[in-house]
Amino acid sequence: MQPILKVENLTKVFKSSGRPDFTAVDHIGFELMPGECLGLIGESGSGKSTVANLITRLTDMSEGKVILDGQDISRLSGRGLRDAYRKMQMVFQTPTESFDPRRSLGDGIGESLRNLGQSRAEVKARVGSLLTQCGLTPDFAGRYPHQVSGGQCQRAAIARAIAIEPRLLICDEATSALDVTIQKEVVQLLGRLREQLHLSILFICHDIALVQQFCDRVLVMYKGKIVEEGVPDAVIRNPRNEYTKRLIESIL
Amino acid sequence: MTPSIRKPRIIKNSVKKRLILFGILAALLVIASLLSDHLTPFDPYLQDLSNAKAAPSQQHIFGTDRYGRDMLSRVIVGSRTSIFSTLLLVAIITAIGTVIGVFCGWHGKKIDTVLMRISDMFLAFPGLVFALAVAGVLGGGLHNAIFALAAISWPKYARIARSQTLAQKETPYLRAARLSGSGTVKILARHVLPNIIGPILVTSMLDIGTMMMELAGLSFLGLGAKPPIAEWGSMMSENRALFTTVPWITLAPGLAIFISVMVFNLLGDTVRDYADPRTRGR
Repeated sequence: MQPILKVENLTKVFKSSGRPDFTAVDHIGFELMPGECLGLIGESGSGKSTVANLITRLTDMSEGKVILDGQDISRLSGRGLRDAYRKMQMVFQTPTESFDPRRSLGDGIGESLRNLGQSRAEVKARVGSLLTQCGLTPDFAGRYPHQVSGGQCQRAAIARAIAIEPRLLICDEATSALDVTIQKEVVQLLGRLREQLHLSILFICHDIALVQQFCDRVLVMYKGKIVEEGVPDAVIRNPRNEYTKRLIESIL
Repeated sequence: MTPSIRKPRIIKNSVKKRLILFGILAALLVIASLLSDHLTPFDPYLQDLSNAKAAPSQQHIFGTDRYGRDMLSRVIVGSRTSIFSTLLLVAIITAIGTVIGVFCGWHGKKIDTVLMRISDMFLAFPGLVFALAVAGVLGGGLHNAIFALAAISWPKYARIARSQTLAQKETPYLRAARLSGSGTVKILARHVLPNIIGPILVTSMLDIGTMMMELAGLSFLGLGAKPPIAEWGSMMSENRALFTTVPWITLAPGLAIFISVMVFNLLGDTVRDYADPRTRGR
């Protein structure tokens, strides 16, 4: 079976004058199979979010390849990249800030559909059903980001991400800004959508317990490198890498 | 209820009232300038040397100038030149400055550096002196005066637009918009511009008064509107030699400048207060 996402040798070096170069992501590679949920854990600053931005091409990579559903998207731009985004979407860490403060939630959710040329009425109907699917009501379409809670906003952000039925969903700390009970609901929602839409998920998170519960496989990142890989239970019970041991000890 | 809780509402209400008041006053000035041809009691260009330098009377409220032209009529007609060209000027510099600033902030790299250093150069000159030089090189005339002032005034807007754009650039919602398949033009028009336009508009409102003064100043120095066109600055200049013998003769255009600049400045201040969430309350 062909992986939905294949990352080879991915590297990002931040250059700034006067300071030594900083390698945020250091030659990493992994594969994500269709329907799989892959966790990516590591401490703050380990390069997890940079990986998400590199895969979605929101940040330019220094080196390496990102292959999405058999297509190399590492050098795409403009129209080609916009087409690639129909297969890949992302949910951000800060739900409220991921919506334009001057536009309604419905406007943000429907943006990708309007960009595909759907009519106003079609978009409105679809946005309503997406909101319902994500556990909200259609009238949330008319609300503004500052008028809803963080959890509701993150549900709307998930609705936006699945609007064009992508195959890969990248969750960049999608639950980190939410409190524990809401976090659980959002993870349940993601689990349900994963079943319904046959989504593959790259789940970036610093909460090992959550990853253990939600993911099929886990990658541990430390200082820009992947230091350990495996089934969450095995990695947590029997960590081989020194850093993974410390990471697990720190929360247990 | 404690006073500290009620305070924001009081401020909000008074700001709103001020906004309405000064908005109406400014609108009246603009409407008067548009309809000026129909509001004049006398032909503003009709000379009557037998009645030159007349003192204010019931017939000529502000008197007549040295050619016997009715000052009130000239001030009213002059409003079109003064107010209208000021608004045009402010619109031009707002548009040009915003476009350049957004482009620089968004695109970055070398072209940003080049354009921003150019704007630094403009900002380093004393404005009116530079405008004098430009107007002097191009020759007099209202168009050249507007051009000269536009040339020195856009950098302020470019700076604001650039810094606002930079602040927007890395926000999650712009990245979400990109992932939604919106191209650069769509992102700029749909998301960036609506989010940065507030502070820019406030600045341009505050600038109307200043620009009116500078335009009148250039005309006063003979680099703006040419006689016999009625323009407040040039009207003051024409009659300033007579100031010691017939002092009322410069009163009308002076008052007109004073009142309009004050109305537009107060409106600008109020718009700024209104746009500032700290004074507006929630």
